[in-house]
Amino acid sequence: MLAVAASLALLAFALAWPVPVALARAGWPRRMPGAALVLWQAIALAGALSMIGALLVFGLIPFGDDLPHAAGSFASDVLAGRLPANANFFQMFALAGAVLLGVHLLLNLVRTTWRAERQRRHHVQLLRLLSDPMPERPGTRVIDHATPVAYCLPGAPRATMVLSAGLLELLSEDELAAVVAHERAHVTQHHHVLLVAFSAWRSALPWFPIATRAHEAVGLLIELLADDQARRTVSERNLSRAVARVALAGVPVAGAMPERPPGLDIVGAPSSAGDWADARVARLTDLAAPGAPALRLSVLTGALALVVVPTLLLLGPVLHS
Amino acid sequence: MASRTVVNLGELERAIMDVVWDAPAPIAATDLRDALKASAPHGKEPAITTVMTVLSRLEGKGFVMRDRDSRPHLYRAAMSREDHVAELMHEVLGSASDRDAVLARFVGQVTPHDAERLRKLLDA
Repeated sequence: MLAVAASLALLAFALAWPVPVALARAGWPRRMPGAALVLWQAIALAGALSMIGALLVFGLIPFGDDLPHAAGSFASDVLAGRLPANANFFQMFALAGAVLLGVHLLLNLVRTTWRAERQRRHHVQLLRLLSDPMPERPGTRVIDHATPVAYCLPGAPRATMVLSAGLLELLSEDELAAVVAHERAHVTQHHHVLLVAFSAWRSALPWFPIATRAHEAVGLLIELLADDQARRTVSERNLSRAVARVALAGVPVAGAMPERPPGLDIVGAPSSAGDWADARVARLTDLAAPGAPALRLSVLTGALALVVVPTLLLLGPVLHS
Repeated sequence: MASRTVVNLGELERAIMDVVWDAPAPIAATDLRDALKASAPHGKEPAITTVMTVLSRLEGKGFVMRDRDSRPHLYRAAMSREDHVAELMHEVLGSASDRDAVLARFVGQVTPHDAERLRKLLDA
């Protein structure tokens, strides 16, 4: 039990700090955003599993020699209202921590999802009153504002694409088609679900690289994925020109740069959507060679292993018996 | 054909808000309906009860305010149209991180350094 708890704690530590920091700095995720996205999800899942698992296993040491037996005798001891003679304060503290951490993560997910849905509804209502449907593009609305923006709003039964008058004025017909293809990719690939999940993850563990780096990285990766999806139907040239035009239209005047919170200046992982314009254009114009299949395979295998290893550590004895 | 005469509630909300926003002074429900009729000359005049229903929905959502002391009740916009557009754009452009949960914006702002490289791309 102690060895299992220690292994899980080691894994939890690695996934909470050095692994996400290294991954956020790596260059290859930009070449294969899909595989990188899978890896980030595996890191988050395995991280949560090993954090909670380490506390749980350590706390259950006095109750039995493996997790299933210990859980069983823990349940009967709780019902009887007694503690084993060899139980100590630290183990009870770990058990309480495991429960609190699990509840904390779950509540944050519920709260973030609920808040996102409330914001979405409010936004839909505003759009209904303030924007006009675009007859030639079903599911698209135009808002009469000079700032060039395009975004998609997930929703049932269908998502809404919003374009501003400023955007229609700024872009050529082909560039606009590229923007629309990009936004449509976000919708069809359900990127908002990932964003909500990683937002919840970050708000639950705001000081841990596992959550903060993940949120930033996922934000960029879904943009790259949407670009990849869009370039199946539109040219790279139109897409990169659209990115450049929209980004430049919003260039802040010198001295009016939005301030970043101190200490949040991150190398390799841009901290706001704006910084990504350059990365996206560079990627679209460089025609970087597609990622090596061997690397992709090892990334996906690694992601699978990350989830399987803590699960086996926790449930191994059950599978043996 | 029957379904065609049923006015979409969302469109009606929008039409009513347009009248309320454009009205120079607080407006009564009956005057509001007359204004709707005038703006849609081919009939499709909504029933006064429908107008009242939509008005109380809009009041519930905080878009209109009702003066209950006057007879008949007078309605006015809680905020100007421009203020609501500003609110909407703030939700889109704002940097608060919660907003990525709702919106995936095409592209944000760039730093002046990156802007130079992007300009070269467009000039090429």
